[in-house]
Amino acid sequence: MATKKLSNFFIQLANIFAFTVLTVKYMFRRPFEHNEFVRQLFLVGYKSFGLISITAFIMGLVLTIQTRPVMEEFGAESWVPTMIFISIVIEIGPVITALLFAGRVGSRIGAELSSMRITEQIDAMEVSGVYPMKYLVTTRVLATTIMLPALVLYADFLALIGSYIGYAMHNTIGIVLFIREAFDELAFSDLIPATIKTFFFGFFIGILSCFTGYNTNRGAEGVGIATNSAVILSSLSIFIIDLIAVQITEILIQ
Amino acid sequence: MTPVVPTDKQIVIRIRGLYKSFGSQEVLRDINLDLSSDENLVILGRSGTGKSVLIKCIVGLEEFVDGYINVMGNDISQLDEFELNVIRKDIGFLFQGGALYDSMSVEENILFPLDRIARELSRAEKNDLVDEVLESVGLLDAKYKMPVELSGGMRKRAGLARTLVLKPRILLYDEPTTGLDPFTSEGISELIVSIKEKYKTAGIVVTHDMKSARITADRMIIMDQGQIIARGSYDDLKVIDHPIIKGFFN
Repeated sequence: MATKKLSNFFIQLANIFAFTVLTVKYMFRRPFEHNEFVRQLFLVGYKSFGLISITAFIMGLVLTIQTRPVMEEFGAESWVPTMIFISIVIEIGPVITALLFAGRVGSRIGAELSSMRITEQIDAMEVSGVYPMKYLVTTRVLATTIMLPALVLYADFLALIGSYIGYAMHNTIGIVLFIREAFDELAFSDLIPATIKTFFFGFFIGILSCFTGYNTNRGAEGVGIATNSAVILSSLSIFIIDLIAVQITEILIQ
Repeated sequence: MTPVVPTDKQIVIRIRGLYKSFGSQEVLRDINLDLSSDENLVILGRSGTGKSVLIKCIVGLEEFVDGYINVMGNDISQLDEFELNVIRKDIGFLFQGGALYDSMSVEENILFPLDRIARELSRAEKNDLVDEVLESVGLLDAKYKMPVELSGGMRKRAGLARTLVLKPRILLYDEPTTGLDPFTSEGISELIVSIKEKYKTAGIVVTHDMKSARITADRMIIMDQGQIIARGSYDDLKVIDHPIIKGFFN
């Protein structure tokens, strides 16, 4: 039983790898599906703004409200803007935004592609001589890869605003000074690994959501399973990529 | 069983010794058939006898274990993805539920393959083609409707229009009348016949609806448990003393 599960796991892993290779191959096949790509950018990016905005703002606000008293106890209250901003930019911002993105976008892609599969829409594309991988998968994967980093930067900014409001509740400080203090200890080189990893988050959220949706084969039940798997696999991949990114950054810094 | 080969016509599909299985379950066993360029062949059988799997094998949607499928001179199993797609442009496939892209209107559904396959055509020529096929299937009024606004019969007509717009030489119909009331079902069956006459297509109609089979068939094949158990015209099959065949006629 355990051996079978392990073997299924490796088969699935190989399938994901093959799917990724095929997706990348189709990205370079002309002509490019511009219209669908733009539509996906809108659905994936613009439609996520509301959720990301509220969450990022609250994240910055709550984090500051909870951290400030502890820092005050240690007489390091002035370090709050720097500390909060570093944690948001380097870790919390990318990871929380990516998790929200996986939940919102991953589930939508998984459900959409799986229902297209069970209603034979993907087969219909295939038999009419259209490449469904190119039209459906590459456009979605590219959209998630491009939009997630943009959303993370936007979320970082809103979290900073939230953090300022949380800090200003107890301290008299102008926003310009707060932002200057927040950026004080943040080097440009800190931003690079944090931003690079968000491209990988976006890519794998796209790949895994498309993979689960595209390969559904169990009717209506399959749509539920695909949607669920899209979110679980995407979320898991975020933590794995994050772990790898931290290790690589550590090695590079040393 | 000796295959019935129409000798004086161009054969557009030739299948020999076809076997297909899902795991240990054999769904197609030693299938042999030919389709000539000017006939509608009906494959009749109960649910789960492998009829739909057979036409999916023809168009390369399902892989087969053993045998040979030749479509317009091309051995399907030997083609790479690109070559298969070239052949597919000459084969139309009408899916059971119509398989319309639900995020697009009827017009956009029909333009979708056209925009990607017939790039040399101008927008005006494409629009004319869309109108022509929609008129052929009697759905011009529904041009701007979304799939959710269409009835089952209209969905199938729209699916057929999308297939016809690429001017295929062969049409494969997967249960075209399933889920439709008798009047709509008869309308679809008559449409299949008129499409054959108008567009000069060959067709394979997979069905378990004898009434539809009688209207659409030039020739019939009856399948059971993955095998062909009889073939001939409606009148030939009517007199065969076999419980399953009799079951269809009764």
